[in-house]
Amino acid sequence: MKLTTLLASAALALGLAGGAMAQDKTKVGFVYVGPVGDGGWTYEHDQGRLAVEAEFGDQVETVFVENVAEGPDSERVMTQMALDGADLIFTTSFGYMDPTNNVAAKFPDVKFEHATGYKRLHPNVSTYSARFYEGRAIQGHIAGNMTKSNIIGYIGSFPIPEVIRGINSAYVHAKKVNPDVEFKIIWVYTWFDPAKEADAAKTLIDQGADVVLQHTDSTAPQAAAQEAGGVVTFGQASDMGQYAPFPRVSSIIDDWAPYYIARTRAVMEGTWESQDTWDGIGAGMVGIGEITDAVPADVREEALALKAALADGSYHAFTGPLNKQDGSPFLADGETADDGTLAGMNFYVEGIEGDIPQ
Amino acid sequence: MIRIEARPQPSAVMAYATPVLAVVLTMIFGGALFAVLGKDPFEAIATIFWEPIFGEFAFFYRPQLLIKGAPLVLIAIGLALGFRAGIWNIGAEGQYIVGAICGAGAGLAFYPTESVLIFPLMVLAGALGGWAWAMIPGVLKVKFGTNEILVSLMLVYVAEQLLASMSLGLLKNPEGFGFPGSRNLQQYPSAHNAEIIAGTGMHWGVVAALIAVIFAYVLLTRHRLGFAIRVTGEAPRAAKFGGVNPGRLVLFCLGMSGLLAGLAGMFEVAGPAGQISIDFNVGYGFTAIIVAFLGRLNPLGIVAAGLLMALTYIGGDIAQSQLGLPAAAIQVFQGMLLFFLLALDVLTNYRVRFGAAEVA
Repeated sequence: MKLTTLLASAALALGLAGGAMAQDKTKVGFVYVGPVGDGGWTYEHDQGRLAVEAEFGDQVETVFVENVAEGPDSERVMTQMALDGADLIFTTSFGYMDPTNNVAAKFPDVKFEHATGYKRLHPNVSTYSARFYEGRAIQGHIAGNMTKSNIIGYIGSFPIPEVIRGINSAYVHAKKVNPDVEFKIIWVYTWFDPAKEADAAKTLIDQGADVVLQHTDSTAPQAAAQEAGGVVTFGQASDMGQYAPFPRVSSIIDDWAPYYIARTRAVMEGTWESQDTWDGIGAGMVGIGEITDAVPADVREEALALKAALADGSYHAFTGPLNKQDGSPFLADGETADDGTLAGMNFYVEGIEGDIPQ
Repeated sequence: MIRIEARPQPSAVMAYATPVLAVVLTMIFGGALFAVLGKDPFEAIATIFWEPIFGEFAFFYRPQLLIKGAPLVLIAIGLALGFRAGIWNIGAEGQYIVGAICGAGAGLAFYPTESVLIFPLMVLAGALGGWAWAMIPGVLKVKFGTNEILVSLMLVYVAEQLLASMSLGLLKNPEGFGFPGSRNLQQYPSAHNAEIIAGTGMHWGVVAALIAVIFAYVLLTRHRLGFAIRVTGEAPRAAKFGGVNPGRLVLFCLGMSGLLAGLAGMFEVAGPAGQISIDFNVGYGFTAIIVAFLGRLNPLGIVAAGLLMALTYIGGDIAQSQLGLPAAAIQVFQGMLLFFLLALDVLTNYRVRFGAAEVA
C-alpha cells in the first residue's frame, strides 16, 4: 500500500468518525472476559453481538473489547465505550458487577446490562442470566443412564452458586435414573484453561469416571475423553459439535442473541427499563444441542420430554422431596425451589460427597 | 558461520538510545502487523500512543495512566534493586497478591468501624505481607542455597491459591449472596484508597511510587548500600573482597522488592480494584519485570517505562474498541517492545561476525 493511499484512508476514516456516523446509529458495546475465539462463553456472547448486527444492519454499530480483566481495567474499558458514544453496554462477566455500577453512576444516559450479577444500584443498570441448571437436569438424566461405572466426573470452575446449582441439578437427575451413581468433582479455579481442564478430565477418567461433565469453556475435556475412549462428554456454553456424535452426546448452548436483540430494540424505541432477567429453556436463552445416536433412543425420548416439561414450566428442576447434604430438609414433597434460594445456592444436595471448598 | 563476540567497549550512548530505538522499531513492525490485519497502521499507532494523552477524552485517560502505571513503577523499582545485584525476584506477582490480602484483611477486620488509623494500618499490613512472602525465597537462598528464581516464581501459584481461598472463605462478603469476593473497600471510607484530588487519578499508591523512585535513586547513587548493590551485580568477586555480605544483600533486595510489591497490591485492592476476588491479580508483577528492564533498571527510567507500558495497555484497549483490532495483536505489539529492547541490548554489547572463527 502506498503512503498516499494510507493517508487518504486515514483521512477518510477520521472524516467518517467526525461526521457521517453521527447520532442516528445506536451504538452497542460489549465487554468480554475472554477471547472471542474461546469456543465457549465469550464466543457465544460474540455470536449474540453478531446477531444484533444482522438484525438491525445499518441502524446499529457494535464495538467490543476482549480479554478485559475484571477490576479497574474493565471500569476503564466501559468508561471509554461510554465516552465514545455507546448507548447500550453489555458487560459479560460476573466480576464486572461493581465496575458496571460505578460507571453507570457516571453515565446516567447510557444503559448497562450486566450478565450473571445481582447489583442494580442505578436505574440504568439491568442484570441478566440464564437458567443453565435446566440444561444440567437433562445432562444429568442422560449421564445417569449412560454411565456403566456409575462414576460421573464433574469439572467445576469456581465454587459459586451458579456452578453448585449445576452440580446439584445434574446429580438429582442422574440419581433419579440411577440410584448407584456417584459424583467426583474437581475444582480448577478457571473458566478457560485448556491445560488445566485436560488434566482434570484425565484425573477423573483415571478415577473411573466414564462420563465427564464440565463447567469450563474449552474443548480440552472432550479431547481427553476422545483419547481415553468410551467416555461420554457434553458441550458447554457452545455446542462443541466437532466432538459429536461421540464423546460429545449433547450440549448446553448459551443463546444470548434473542435477549441482545430485544434489549437493543428497547433502547432504539426508548422503552428500555432496568430489570432482572433469568431465562431458561422456555425463552430460548438455554439451548440443548442435538442428542446424538450414541444415546439410546428411549433415553433420548425421555430427555426430550424432560426438556419440553422444563420449557413449558410444568416441571421444575428442583422439585422436592430433596434434602441438603447434611440431611436437613431442603424442599418438601412437590415443593419447588424459589429463585432467591437458587441464586445464592451454597450447599450440595444429599448424596453428593465432599465439601464445597472454602 | 555467524558468531557473536563481546564488544570490548560497549557504546555508552547506545545504552540509553536502545529503549527509544526499541519503541521506534516496535511502531514500525507493529504498524506493519496492523496493516497486514487490514487496519490503517497510522491510525492504529496514533490511537494507541496519541489518543490517551492528547485525544478528545484525554481528561479521562491521563489519570488512568497514573492508575495503571503506579503499581508497575512501584513493583519495578523494587525488582530493579535486586536485578542490579544479580538477585532475581520473579515472584513479585505473588508478593503483590499477599500484600493485597494482608492489607484488605487488616481493613476488613475492623469493618464497619470508622477510624483514621485503619488506612495506615492497612499500609503496614500490606507492606509486611509482601515482605514476608519474599522472605521465603530469601531465607531459603541464604540458608540452603536454593534458587530464588524458581522459589519466588512457584510461590506465585501458591499465592493464587491463597487468594482463591480468601475470596471463597475468610474474606468473603457476608452480604454477597454466597458469591466469591470480599466486601468492596470503595464503600468503606476508612479503608478506601480514594483519589487525593478527585479526577486526577492521584491516589496514595501513586504517591508511594514517587517516594519509592526518589528513595531508590538516592540509595543507588548516594548510599553505601546502593554501591554494594551495584558492585555485587557488576563484579561479584570484587564485592566480596570489598566486604559486602552477600546473604544480607539477598535478604535486603528480596525483602525490599517484596515490600514494594505488597504495597502495590494493597493500594490496588483498597482503591482501583476495591475488593479481593479470585481474579484480583492481572499480571502487574510480571509486567513490572519488563518495565524494570525497559527502564534500564534506573529509577527515573522506570517511571518513563511504567508510563509507556500503561499507555500501550490503555491505548490498546481503545484500539480494540474503536478499530476492531484483536486483543492478541495488541499483546504481540507489547511483546515486540521487549523483544526489540533485548535484541538491541545484545547488539550493543556484542557484535556479529561473519566467517570462520579465528584460531586463537
